Amino acid sequence: MSAIAVSAQTPRTGWRKLIGFNMLTGILLGIVGWFVGHWIGDRIAGANVAYYSAEAGENDIAIMLGYFLGVVGFLVGLGFANYPVKRLLGHPPSLAERESEEEGVFRYFTLSTDHKVVAKQYMVGIGLFFFVAGLNAMLIRTELLQPDVHVFGANQYLTLVGMHGSMMMGTMTSGLLGPFATFLVPLMIGSRRMAFSRLSAFTFWLLMAGEVILLTTIFFGGFQTGWTGYQPLGAQGTAGYDAYIGFFALVGLSMCLFGFNLVVTITTMRAPGMTWSRLPIFVWGAYATAWLMLLAAPMLIAALLMAASDRTIQTAFYIPGQGGSAYLFQNLFWVFGHPEVYILALPGMGIVLELMPVFARKPLWGYRLAVAGMLGIGFLSFFVWQHHLFVSGINADLRPFYMLSTELISLPTGFIFLCAMGTLWRGRIRLTVPMLFCLGWMFNFLWGGISGVFNSDVPSDITTHGSFFVMAHFHYTIMGGLIFAFFAGIYYWVPKMYGLNLNERLGKIHFWTLLIFFNSTFAPLFALGFMGMPRRVVSYNPAWQSLNVWVSISAYCVGLSMLVFLFNVVWSLLIKREPAAINPWHAKSSEWTLPTPVPVHDFDRIPVFDADPYPYGVEPAPPRAPAFAPAGGSG
Amino acid sequence: MEGTRHWRNVVVLWLIASVIMTPIVIFVIGPGLPPGNGSVQASGQVTDNTVLLATATPVALAVLVYLGYVLWAFRERTPEVVVDGPPIRGNSSVQFWWLIVTTTLVLFLAGYGTVRLLADGSGGGQGPNPIAVPATPAGGKRLVVQVVAQQWQFNYRFPGYGGVETNQIELPENTLVQFNVTSLDVIHSFWAYELGVKADANPGVNNVAYVTTKGPLIFHVRCAELCGVWHGYMFNQGQVVSKAQFAAWIAQQQVKFAPATKVLPPYSKTYFPQPLRRGG
Repeated sequence: MSAIAVSAQTPRTGWRKLIGFNMLTGILLGIVGWFVGHWIGDRIAGANVAYYSAEAGENDIAIMLGYFLGVVGFLVGLGFANYPVKRLLGHPPSLAERESEEEGVFRYFTLSTDHKVVAKQYMVGIGLFFFVAGLNAMLIRTELLQPDVHVFGANQYLTLVGMHGSMMMGTMTSGLLGPFATFLVPLMIGSRRMAFSRLSAFTFWLLMAGEVILLTTIFFGGFQTGWTGYQPLGAQGTAGYDAYIGFFALVGLSMCLFGFNLVVTITTMRAPGMTWSRLPIFVWGAYATAWLMLLAAPMLIAALLMAASDRTIQTAFYIPGQGGSAYLFQNLFWVFGHPEVYILALPGMGIVLELMPVFARKPLWGYRLAVAGMLGIGFLSFFVWQHHLFVSGINADLRPFYMLSTELISLPTGFIFLCAMGTLWRGRIRLTVPMLFCLGWMFNFLWGGISGVFNSDVPSDITTHGSFFVMAHFHYTIMGGLIFAFFAGIYYWVPKMYGLNLNERLGKIHFWTLLIFFNSTFAPLFALGFMGMPRRVVSYNPAWQSLNVWVSISAYCVGLSMLVFLFNVVWSLLIKREPAAINPWHAKSSEWTLPTPVPVHDFDRIPVFDADPYPYGVEPAPPRAPAFAPAGGSG
Repeated sequence: MEGTRHWRNVVVLWLIASVIMTPIVIFVIGPGLPPGNGSVQASGQVTDNTVLLATATPVALAVLVYLGYVLWAFRERTPEVVVDGPPIRGNSSVQFWWLIVTTTLVLFLAGYGTVRLLADGSGGGQGPNPIAVPATPAGGKRLVVQVVAQQWQFNYRFPGYGGVETNQIELPENTLVQFNVTSLDVIHSFWAYELGVKADANPGVNNVAYVTTKGPLIFHVRCAELCGVWHGYMFNQGQVVSKAQFAAWIAQQQVKFAPATKVLPPYSKTYFPQPLRRGG
């Protein structure tokens, strides 16, 4: 490998650090970009404002251009234009702008091409918006304490619902892969970086720009469509819906490029000996997910671009009666939307199967079956989307097919369960905090899967569709699944990522309160759905109030449980700062053979792998290759 | 063999749990499952839900019993010392039988669901060209009701009765009712909970759903698709009444709405009344 070019300029110190290409500059240029875009939009279409919405004075063209140039300004301010411009001007190529240059906290606010820095950026950025979206859920439950409007208006309530849904869905698409895959995939496969280091940073900052755009919806009247953004309701919405489009289009782009980056990294950057059948199962989970991101996200982007052009330049893709179709958006959205839910679920399965061998002290049971399960889920997830449209009247004679394909997905999902269960068999199970979260994942995902059978069965779905039952179902799979795996990953890998221990007692309190109150929040929602309560309503039958109050109080307790976690993070990582052991879990996979903190270039020498990462129960342990193996590449 | 003993324990515990729980699910929980017995299709859904729940019970119990057992039996008693378990990397016969059993279950459920769906449509929206049309009860004729959804109410049009449009709905008992569901603006969903009917109301689409009513009943109609600001208030009540009462009611509606009926557009499968407007 060629020597990595290190920037020649001397690092600035003190306040002078703020001058240059960093987040602050990005924000300033982003604001400038917004005003320039808005100004251009007013020049183009100002005369037509009355046509769109006279009373609100909205000009969607100006708002869209503002978002677009705002994002461009933000990215330029961060320094994304530097490299292409330098190359255009004939400067020699360099791998890294900032790698090994900055050491302090400041580097997290800049464009960094170090995958470990990007991973920590993802961790904090995603954590931040996860909490914002969680706060929205608390507000939703506050409104539902009474069967009629009492705290928020109907419009505010729907905006909260839409923001909670969109932000959770958009943020958590990268929720597991962003922090964990960006950090671990190169370490696990023996690479020094992601295939496209700059793209890694790009996908992160794009996601953050999207989140901010979504937040701006509150200045434009919010949006009334929920996270699904159905048309023609969206075409009718106020300018707040433009924020939804901007947000999800950026999320889609970020997702697609991230998937592309992961696919290329895992395909081409594996160290000698890291064959496909030795890949850690988490990497397989990331690989299957990456293909879904790469292939599904473009559908979303296309659907949203058409929605944007309906709203700005008066096309009629989705306007019935003018040659458009309301079905078109539903179809495109769910062609993306169903792989999307597996984009959320698959990395969680990868984490659970990766951690179970460590804490059962056994090799992963049925490795090939687990791989088949992940690839099978990924493949089948592209053929099930119309189960979201069972009562819509579209392709009614295809419903048996979609019922079959949907139920078939439970086969590969069953493989994952079987492998997890087999790994526990006759193990020496250590109930550490990460392991507890993995077991919690199994418990919750079981109910998510069982309730999914009711949604996949057409006669049963006729009652449950669009009701709280569906809502409870996907919260069991996403919150009970993804979020539990997310915390398992955090408790497990934080000692490696940050070199610090999280408090175990607080971790256990967090786990048990979360498990109990999560179930106490969402299990009654199955009952409410069965009794006929539709989703996304601000008012409901007063007979359901006591159950709703129960759910709301449980939801607040979930919030408190999250505060325990937040306290643990602040206490352990910022105040106490107890250094972690190099390998606190006695794991045998390769990321734990590296020193903590992981050096900037990861490996002094590219490792050579001669076994899979699960040599548990083999005495004596076979010699591990990484770090001290004979040279597979030059330093 | 220690493994064999554990294996036997798990199977025995699972059998006991299943033998206790499955009849409870079928005979105690089953009859209370939604959406109740308000119509032939609703009763069909109750049966369907019972079958699904009864099938799922042993499966869920298998996982729960297994998890409980392994956490009890294989939990590390001395966590201070790190000791590895046996290096078991799989078991091809377990994998094979797992695949056979789960595939059988899935194919059974999909087959069963398809048969039930094709028998009478199960009350779901089937689009403009329905494939599952239930039989008309003896001595009766089909009642066509057009459900016209708009922000934020449902109206009901009776083409068999001079195209009168009402904002309440009553249906005769023991009758096959054909709902032609459509929308004037955005997507709604017509959900008559106790009748087991749900059909999306799409602008420009005629979405047909069938229901065979039983005896007199009050049912709730709610919108089940987010349709804008007042979605949460888009609900009303309907009734299934005797045939004589229905005849009297519809005659009364025809008189009451006669002036309105004259200015309504002629009956059609879909309507395009006005362009979309901002707001809500």
